[in-house]
Amino acid sequence: MRWKYKRIPYDIDKVKVPLGEVHIVKDRCKGCGFCIEYCPQDVLDFSPEFNALGYHPPQVINPGECVNCGLCEILCPEFAIWNTLKEMRGLEIEC
Amino acid sequence: MNTVNTVNTENKEHQVVNWLRMDRIPHIWCPGCGIGITVEAFVLALEKLKIKSDEICVVSGIGCTGRVAGYIKVDSFHTTHGRAIPFATGIKLANPKIKVVVISGDGDLISIGGNHFMHAARRNIDITVICVNNFIYAMTGGQVAPTTPFTAYTTTSPYGNFETASNIPQLAESAGAKYVARWTSLHARRLINSIVEAIQKPGFSVIEVVSPCPMYYSRINRLGEGINMMKFYHKNSVIKHFEPTENLNIDYQGKLIVGKFVDR
Repeated sequence: MRWKYKRIPYDIDKVKVPLGEVHIVKDRCKGCGFCIEYCPQDVLDFSPEFNALGYHPPQVINPGECVNCGLCEILCPEFAIWNTLKEMRGLEIEC
Repeated sequence: MNTVNTVNTENKEHQVVNWLRMDRIPHIWCPGCGIGITVEAFVLALEKLKIKSDEICVVSGIGCTGRVAGYIKVDSFHTTHGRAIPFATGIKLANPKIKVVVISGDGDLISIGGNHFMHAARRNIDITVICVNNFIYAMTGGQVAPTTPFTAYTTTSPYGNFETASNIPQLAESAGAKYVARWTSLHARRLINSIVEAIQKPGFSVIEVVSPCPMYYSRINRLGEGINMMKFYHKNSVIKHFEPTENLNIDYQGKLIVGKFVDR
């Protein structure tokens, strides 16, 4: 999400935003679509290929946007997707 | 397009894998079923409480939710239909130090096991009951259950259900339970916190989890798949803590009131 600011905040160098990495086990997925629907940063989408069970697993289309919130991990009923913290990076704003 | 899919998991596995019997995964629940989310929330609650795997015991009955005992890697019991709570009572009496959790479905706990539910609440046994409510008897083919809403279609009510539904929080509170809450499968984080509170609280605690059933309830009533039911819960659920339990009836496709209702 990108907000527009009127001026640069005074604590811009103290705020750090996490960057997460998504791991998917394709053969456990049953194609329900919960992770794709409820990602707040729209990182995931259905992939065109099939897995061994015949479903379309998710794929990462926006890897720079993941903020490691963990909703895909908590909402997956198959334990097929999880996220790990990659690094903390500074806030990028435009004003 | 830079994709970060990893098929094998050499750097890490899912964090709940230590608590699951991995030779039985992938499990038998349908795509879009909410029971997998309940199992995940339960395991994450155990991690938050820092409970070791020999201090907890899981008991389940018969049904779709009743298969939970086969997937969690703790001492677990898969018991006869409706009798999960008497088994749990026996375990707690034999060894009062371990925590006993009953995870079972609405047909198992409220219908055939309604008698045991009422008396365990009256005796205030220190167990936690997680009742996954999908409004039908799912495993046997989608038949009408005491929790089916008025006018819903099921396999054995082809002209619409003509009975009003039981209200699980009201039954629990009037029988004397100490902690009663209701959440849906979508409110996963609040469900984790609720399970943490319920396990720590001494006395009989009940958590009802409203879950989609994509194969029977949603299909027969033309409500879509699991994702459509989750969007329905998102739009129509309202959090009202400490609401009087007589207002908590679930109408067919009506407003769902969730939250923590009793904490005494």
